[in-house]
Formats: sequence, C-alpha cells, structure tokens
Amino acid sequence: MWTVIQQIAPYAIIFTIPLLITALGALFSERSGVVNIGLEGLMVIGAFTGALVILNMQEMMPGQQKAIWIGLALATLMGLLFSLLHAFASINLHANQIISGTAINMIAAAITVFLARNITGSGNIQISTLKPFNVPFLSDIPVIGSLLFTRTYATTWLVLAILLVSAFMLYKTPFGLRLRSCGEHPHAAEAAGISVSKMRYIGVMISGAFSGLGGAVFIVTTGGEFNGTVAGLGFLALASLIFGQWKPLGILAATLFFGFATTVANVSQVIPSLAVIPPVFLKVFPYVVTLIALIVFSKSSQAPKAVGEPFDSGKR
Amino acid sequence: MRNGIISLLAVLFGLIAGAILMAVTGNNPVEGYKYLFEGGLKNLSRIGNTLATATPLIFTGLSVAFAFRTGLFNIGAAGQMLFGGFCAVAVGLTFDLSRPVLLVMMVVAGFIGGALWAFIPGLLKAKFNVHEVVSTIMMNWIAYWTVYYAVPAYFKGEFLETESKKLPESASLRTPILTEMFDGSYINLGLFIAAIAVIIFSFIINKTTLGYELKAVGFNRDSAEYAGIAVNRSIVTSMVIAGGLAGLGGVAFYAGNATSIQIGILPTQGFDGIAVALLGANTGIGVLLAAIFFGLLYSGRGFMNAMTEIPPEIADSIIAIIIYFAATSILIDRMIRFFINKKKNRQPVATQNNAQKKEEV
Repeated sequence: MWTVIQQIAPYAIIFTIPLLITALGALFSERSGVVNIGLEGLMVIGAFTGALVILNMQEMMPGQQKAIWIGLALATLMGLLFSLLHAFASINLHANQIISGTAINMIAAAITVFLARNITGSGNIQISTLKPFNVPFLSDIPVIGSLLFTRTYATTWLVLAILLVSAFMLYKTPFGLRLRSCGEHPHAAEAAGISVSKMRYIGVMISGAFSGLGGAVFIVTTGGEFNGTVAGLGFLALASLIFGQWKPLGILAATLFFGFATTVANVSQVIPSLAVIPPVFLKVFPYVVTLIALIVFSKSSQAPKAVGEPFDSGKR
Repeated sequence: MRNGIISLLAVLFGLIAGAILMAVTGNNPVEGYKYLFEGGLKNLSRIGNTLATATPLIFTGLSVAFAFRTGLFNIGAAGQMLFGGFCAVAVGLTFDLSRPVLLVMMVVAGFIGGALWAFIPGLLKAKFNVHEVVSTIMMNWIAYWTVYYAVPAYFKGEFLETESKKLPESASLRTPILTEMFDGSYINLGLFIAAIAVIIFSFIINKTTLGYELKAVGFNRDSAEYAGIAVNRSIVTSMVIAGGLAGLGGVAFYAGNATSIQIGILPTQGFDGIAVALLGANTGIGVLLAAIFFGLLYSGRGFMNAMTEIPPEIADSIIAIIIYFAATSILIDRMIRFFINKKKNRQPVATQNNAQKKEEV
C-alpha cells in the first residue's frame, strides 16, 4: 500500500495544484460576495493564453524554460482581464451571477478554439511541458522525501507559496477583513466606509488571475496540449471550495482529496491491489463523496452569508 | 413583450459581436453570415437538419426553463440527457418488439432516466438545502462515468469501443416519410414529441395549480410556504419534470439525430439548454423559437466553414455572447428606458410614472 501511495503521489500532486490555485481564487471571489461559476471558462482562457504564448516563445528561444514562465504570467493576466466581464455583470449590472458565470464558460470555450483555429490553423496547440526536478537535499529525506520532494514542478511550490500568502492576507490583514465583511454583511461594511463594489471587483479579479494561472499550470505540467477544455477542473474547483468550507486549509485538503481520488481511479488498472475494484466505482467516488459531504455540511455551512446576492446600497 | 425585445436585442448584439470577431480575424462577415444562414436554410434537407438540430435543444431548454420557474438552476441537463438517452438506447437494443410499442417504451425509459438523475439533486435541495448547482454538476460527472463504462460492457459497437451498437430501424425515431419529405435529412419524430412537450409545458405553467405553485415557490419561497404550498415537494416535482424533459432530449438526440450513443462526451446540448431557456425568457414558445435559432446557427456553421476560412466555433461564440447580453439585460433595459424617456421628453409626469413602473418590473 505504501509503495502505491509513493508511486501515485507525484501524479496526485500534479492534478491537485491547478485545482488548488483555482479554488483559492474562487475563495476570494466568494468571500467578497460574488459566486464565480465561470472558473472553468477562466481556466480555459489561461490554458489557451499560456499555450499560445509558450508556443511562440519556444520558437523564439528554443529549449528555454523562461518561455513557460512568461506564458504563465500572461495567462494570469488574461484570466484577470477576462474575469472583468463577470465582475461588471454581477457587480454593476446586478445580473444573475450564475447565468453570468455560465456565459463566461461558454464564451471562453468557444472563442479560444475559434482563435486557436484562426491563429494556428488547428483547435489544438501542442507545447513542450515544464521539466520536473528533485528538490536538492530534501528529496533525500527517507519517507517524505520521495513523497513530496521528488519529481516536483516549480509551479507546485509557487502555488503553495500563494496559498500561504492568501491565507495570511485573508485572516491577518485589514484588506482580508474588509473583503470578508463584504461577503458577510455588505451593508455593515459599507456603513464602515468600505467600498463594497471595489472589494468585490478585487475578489473577482483575483479569482480570474488565479484561474488563469491554474489553467496554464494544468497544461504545462500534465496536458502539454490545449484543446479547448480543462476537463471539468473548474467545476471541480468549485466543488473543492464548498467541500473545503470556504477556508484555505479546507480547500487544500479538499483538492488533495480530489487529486488522490482521481489519480487512484486513473491508475487503478495497473495496480493489482486496486484492479479488483470496478473502475466505474473509483471514477464516480470523488463526486459521490462530494454529494455526501454537501449533505453533511448542509447543517453547518460556512458559506459567506451574502454570497450570490447583488449589493443594493439602498436595501437593508 | 418586454422580454421579447430584450431577447431580440441580445441576438442582434450577439450577431454584431460575431461580425466583429469575423472581421478582426481577417474574414468577411457578410460572406460569413450569408453562408451560415444558407447552410441552415438553403434547401429542404438543410431546413430538416436545422429542425433536427433544434430538437434536443428544445427539450433541454424546456428542462432548464421549467426548473428556473421554481427558482432552481438546472445545470445538470447534460447529465440527465446523457443518462436518459442511455436508458432509451438500452431499451432499444435489448427488446425486440413492434415499433410503436418499442418507441413508446424508449421514450418512457428516457424520461424516467432523466427524471431519476434530477430527482437526487431535487431531494438533496429539499431535504438538506444542498445547492442544486453543485449537486447537478456532480451528477453530470456521475452520468458521464456510468455511461462510459456501461456502454462498452453491455452494448459495445461492432467496430468502435467508444460507441454503442447501432439502433435497429424499429428503435429509431427516424421515419422514411419524414426523411423523404426533407430530402434525406435526419429530421425525426423527436420534433413532434418536442412540439407536444412545448404545449404541455405551457399548459402546466400557465393553466394548472401545479404550475401556479411552482411559480409561487420561484417568486418567493417563504411566502409560498406561508401560503400553504408544500415547498419541498414542489422543488422535487420541478426537478423530476425538468430532468425528464432533458431525458427526452437524450432520446431525441441518440435515437433520432444519431443512431447510437457515444462515450466520453457530455452532450453540449445540456449546457446550451441554459442559453435556450434564457433567450426564450423561460416560456414555452420562447424556448421553441430560441432553440430553432440556435439549431440554425449550429447546422449552418459546417457549410460556412466549408465555403470560407471561418472556423465553425463562430456559432458557439455568437450564442455565448448572446447569453452574456441576455444575462446583463439590465443594460439593454436601461437603453430602452433611455429611448422611451427621450421620446416622452415633453411629458415629464408621464415619464416619471413610466420610469417608476419599469423599476417595479
């Protein structure tokens, strides 16, 4: 069993990281009071931007990892810009946030493939991926070394660093307090002199930036190819956010759960001790568990109280 | 009326945005639209295909609209459609019966399959207040994997692992009369079932106690409860009917437009159903018209792609942009108000009343 865990850990972590960064972004959005169901679309935008930039940069500077980092940065930026569509609709126009998010998903899926075909002549963009490495010294530690520090990607450490900074920002800074207050009691926040619109814009934009990064991380670590989807990761990130009860550590745990569950399902056929279980059970396992978790948490949901409600300054 | 204008304007803006997209990618928008609409309408066979493409969209549109009337957001039409369609195909491939009996059984199986898939989120919502958006997304993936393993295990196709056996003619919704009438199009009986569904949908929503209760729950859950409506039962009922409608969409798609069920794909019609319902303002006739319009875009895009350099995804882009404009209809609303006010410039009192009325709407 231990060897199995050791074998699948790197793959599970690769799967976890894009999910984690996207769910973390959604945390900012929802804590500020805006539901963002458009995560999938924002990830697709990031994946597309990343792939396109990396493809072009790799031609200009072959064999250099720098191209990938420029791609990741621009993907983050494009995710942020694209999320403004959702912010404008849900904050300024009081649109139904779920419909707006759905529109974001649809626009992203259609326009990226449309542009990919126009620019590269094909709906698929192939790139070479980031190189995994063993962390010096730490990978030599007996047990956790092989579990956590071998064959890791630089993006993994970047995302974990962002997780720490995010948790600090949300809970230990005035900014975090203000942002959270807008998702709980926006009228009280406004009375205290906080601009609810501004905070919600920031929340959605962080969500867009992180999702864009998540989409790009997804293709530079596993996929190696953009083809118009991120395989439902955006929706899974949304589920992770709820499963993790709108808390950074909860999200980390939830995304790790999805990462391991999905990897186990993917590799079950080649591991004898798992091959006895029909694969369909392993595949639906994470989704069924999420449904059960939703039931368990339903009594004590930690959802921000004002999430999903347009803010109307005149209504109390 | 007002919703109709908003929808039409959203369509207009979507088409304009599509034209801009074509232009900035170096294509001629006039030519693009010409071939797009020709591709959907040029001859009888293309018109038939447009209507056939619209058929599953009518069902999923009705499904989303029905749930929406109760204040529920059915994002799971894709999974319901897939599972309903799978049940119908399973029945069609398993039983050897006379055609009318078999088709009726398939339709019933499709409805039940879809209804079952929506019943779970409905129950979770009613009993535990689990948000239906997340639970229906989970159900989508459960349907995806269930069908993914069930098709090769029980109904494997002769040549491909990734699709089921072909349905026999007796289990197909296509009929020689229709096919000949539309010059070999794949239009099928699903369209008639869809028309009946539109009528029943409108009847239930507008003329029955059930429809009234569902709408009341949609408007205000608390006051509906206060008025003695069994809110939880309404939620479950609404989801079951919505799921059943999506399931029928699966029957029409897999046993009418197609002749087998493929694995590894969540049917996009499920998500387009949200667009159809939204553009159709959640009314029966609106859904019908919106579905036919989207059917036109989808069936015309292949021809446009063959005749020009424009990628077929332009159709999806236009639809998505239309939805964004429909979602932000308040922007259009303000514009309409602006023009009304401009017209009534000289009657300030009337304008004020008018503006107030708009606020209430």
